[in-house]
Amino acid sequence: MDYMKYIRRKNFPLIWCPGCGHGIVMKAILRAIDRIGLQKDEICMVSGIGCSSRLPGYVDFNTLHTTHGRAIAFATGVKMANPNLHVIVITGDGDATAIGGNHYIHGARRNIDLTVILFNNNIYGMTGGQVSPTTPIGARASTAPFGNPENSFNISGLAEAAGASFVARGTVYDAVQLDKYIEKAILKKGFSVVEALTPCPTAYGRRNKLGNGVTMMKELKERSVSINKAKNLSEEELKDMIVTGVLVDRELPEYTQNYNMLIERVRETKS
Amino acid sequence: MVSVERNKNIKVITGNEACAEGALVAGLRFFAGYPITPSSEIAEILSMELPKVGGKFIQMEDEISSMGAIIGASLAGLKSMTATSGPGFSLKQENIGYASMAEVPCVVVNVMRGGPSTGLPTLPSQSDVMQARWGSHGDHPMIALVPNGVRETFDLTIRAFNLSERFRTPVILLLDEIIAHVNEKVELPDPAEIEIWNRLRPVDPPESYLPYKFTESDVPPMASFGEGYRFHVTGLVHNETGFPTNKQPEITKFLTRLNRKIERYTDEIIQTYCDYDEDAEIGVFAYGSTSRSARRAVQLAREKGIRIKFLRPTVIWPFPQKQVEDLARSVRKIIVPEMNLGQMAHEVEWAARGNSDIIRLNRIDGEPINPLEILNLITEMVS
Repeated sequence: MDYMKYIRRKNFPLIWCPGCGHGIVMKAILRAIDRIGLQKDEICMVSGIGCSSRLPGYVDFNTLHTTHGRAIAFATGVKMANPNLHVIVITGDGDATAIGGNHYIHGARRNIDLTVILFNNNIYGMTGGQVSPTTPIGARASTAPFGNPENSFNISGLAEAAGASFVARGTVYDAVQLDKYIEKAILKKGFSVVEALTPCPTAYGRRNKLGNGVTMMKELKERSVSINKAKNLSEEELKDMIVTGVLVDRELPEYTQNYNMLIERVRETKS
Repeated sequence: MVSVERNKNIKVITGNEACAEGALVAGLRFFAGYPITPSSEIAEILSMELPKVGGKFIQMEDEISSMGAIIGASLAGLKSMTATSGPGFSLKQENIGYASMAEVPCVVVNVMRGGPSTGLPTLPSQSDVMQARWGSHGDHPMIALVPNGVRETFDLTIRAFNLSERFRTPVILLLDEIIAHVNEKVELPDPAEIEIWNRLRPVDPPESYLPYKFTESDVPPMASFGEGYRFHVTGLVHNETGFPTNKQPEITKFLTRLNRKIERYTDEIIQTYCDYDEDAEIGVFAYGSTSRSARRAVQLAREKGIRIKFLRPTVIWPFPQKQVEDLARSVRKIIVPEMNLGQMAHEVEWAARGNSDIIRLNRIDGEPINPLEILNLITEMVS
């Protein structure tokens, strides 16, 4: 496919570091959009703050780069105002589950038709490698010099528990799988999350001696186990593994549709 | 809302009701909010009324997201508003700055209550007037309106929308607990006779559209997401294209225009009511609900034969600097009564440029300032 038709070439070079996985996720998103056949004008891409949140600047859609943690809040307004838009939220682990955790939970609870692509690199990359809610316990970060003393979030599980209608997890190693998840997520009516695991060799790998981007991607591959295989594994066996695949796919009432039905009902009663 | 006369649109309503009604007349079609005293009725009314006109209401999970949601909805083409009070106003500040930076029209109602912190949730105050101006970080322009009663709340809510649309900027409407909850008889105008302004739309084709174009008016035309103009919006400093820039001339050029966009129209934005006696030595400067007490005090003083000049702005940001300076040149003293520790008095003092003494009259105990308190001060000053 022709990626360039979706790219704002004049904004290159990208800010992402060598070895960063974000570009792979970006391409997966573009493949998914291309396969579905969405028009560029029908897409509104909304992001927060962080490395991944710079993505909308590079792609030729209606794009909105908001404040830290608030992408889902802004996206809620966009989607309600124009439900015909396919609203895709680009966010990171810190953006969506620390400062923006409340919006992530409530977006899922409302089940508003947003597609959230959550770039999980286990670290605050842009600000220099501070510990995030998905930094594993024990791992080092610039604000966890003695190892992270905190437990980390299962962010896909969080979306499931909060009521999202679609949740999938993939890695940049399995980029082909990733675009399939994203395609399904965009097509799903409701709050959809694709958690994309992506390496940050600069801010996370270096500090934890995990090697360069390629090594870190290989590690993602080695630690990945599909949801089907995972069903037969014990909790102990799954301890450091990344369970990938479509984790949740269910039919639930969608918020903007519900609200439009409410408007129709109110107006009928009125007349 | 109690309708007391059939033919005319006469009602007995509260300020919060007038605000909701004015917003609908102005074309509000999206409201996002979070419950907070004493503003909650605005949300309650709009949750009832908006769907009837095909508009949307959402109660968000917090104050911050309410502000974010109205910016998103405005970018997608709907006139948008949120309403809150002090603590919520503090929480919204980052995104108010975003709306200013990204030039997104929207209206933020702050029904002032006593602060700081949780303060006095059910009691009035005017202690957010400086926060309205400088609550958000960075050099940004600001427009803030302060009605002094129910009917004026209706009018100024409409004006808040009109100004926000015209200048592509957030506008703050400052009510206080008294105005929000007082019932007054008002005659509302026929909506057909009310002037409604809408944002300037682009005439350029999408290929050549620049969302932050430098134009003669300093206000760039605004497209909506989803109608063929694919543009980028960011809170980062950006150039005409909307994309971020670190180039020094572009930074200065953009931030200068952003602020000039409001500054240069100050005369058109400012509205003041003057009631001046000739040869008066005392002036009174008051705004919001306090101006009602001040007005009464001025009447009572005149009955005693005291000459007074009374100045009341309905716009405090931009500040009516010229009007205050003129007043200061013509009187010896200016009394500034307000329900805070003298926030506006600082501004009045600055605008007076030493031409008159500024006399503060402050209350911070959640009680409105009584006209007699002001009258006593006036009579003391005369004797």
